[in-house]
Amino acid sequence: MFYGVELGSRLMLGTAQYPSPAVLAKAMEVSGTEVITVSLRREGSGGSAFRDLIAGSGCRILPNTAGCHTAKEAITTAHMAREVFGTNWIKLEVIGHADTLQPDPFALVEAARVLCADGFEVFPYTTDDLIVGEKLLDAGCQVLMPWGAPIGSGQGLRNSAALKTMRAHFAGVPLVVDAGIGAPSQAAQAMEMGFDAVLLNTAVAKAVDPVAMARAFGMAVSAGRLAHDAGLMPARDMAAASTPIFGMAELA
Amino acid sequence: MQVELNGKPTETKASTLAELIEVEGFEAPCVATAVDGVFVPKATRDKVTLTEGIRVEVLSPMQGG
Repeated sequence: MFYGVELGSRLMLGTAQYPSPAVLAKAMEVSGTEVITVSLRREGSGGSAFRDLIAGSGCRILPNTAGCHTAKEAITTAHMAREVFGTNWIKLEVIGHADTLQPDPFALVEAARVLCADGFEVFPYTTDDLIVGEKLLDAGCQVLMPWGAPIGSGQGLRNSAALKTMRAHFAGVPLVVDAGIGAPSQAAQAMEMGFDAVLLNTAVAKAVDPVAMARAFGMAVSAGRLAHDAGLMPARDMAAASTPIFGMAELA
Repeated sequence: MQVELNGKPTETKASTLAELIEVEGFEAPCVATAVDGVFVPKATRDKVTLTEGIRVEVLSPMQGG
């Protein structure tokens, strides 16, 4: 449940960097996603066509504050997004470092506090730091979105142990792995670990065939969730024969 | 008067933000506005008086991740 909303698909999909609007539309459709991320920018060409495309997708809109480096910029962007998109949902990004696009946790918490108090339903893009997560919940966030790896890097769950700890620590809090996922197997891994959803963009948009990759991610996320619910067997250090010894012939 | 519209110096006869949006050809219902880094809601655009060098941002829905 994300702010009271139950989603049929646990894949959230970004809308940037696709080779064409037609490919984006098809990718959204076949992925099964119900939540797409969008931004606010100075309008270039094709602005009205994009508005029609997102409206036609039937997806819930999650506007972002991508590119903001201060709490003030992010707060202003969030207000602009709320008016244009007509939603209280906001993917809150406050970037702290240009190369890693790592969130600035201090400005993030500050912006989250202001926005939550103002009625926004904040999806904070954060690190896997537990204390930052606690502060974001204190600020009023009801979802946390830790990164898997730096945005657009496709490295997958670079610190899976920390994400596992985070999942255990924040039992009951909706957690979304956002950023860094490059392959469907990595999305499935996050879902098997018990994350509630994954959010990705580049891995689909920059695939050789984005539509086929969107389908692959949709299937991987479903499979990972099903596996989590089914309960994975515990890993062992040693082998354990699966075929019974009982009844075995003496042939030596 | 010259204002800075989406980063570009722009000569205008408009006196309010609402007029500027209109004369510059933006689709008023589909854009969000900020002046000098502060959000201006749709309903108050006609109350914001433009001054020399004021920084106006007019933003639209675009692709994002």
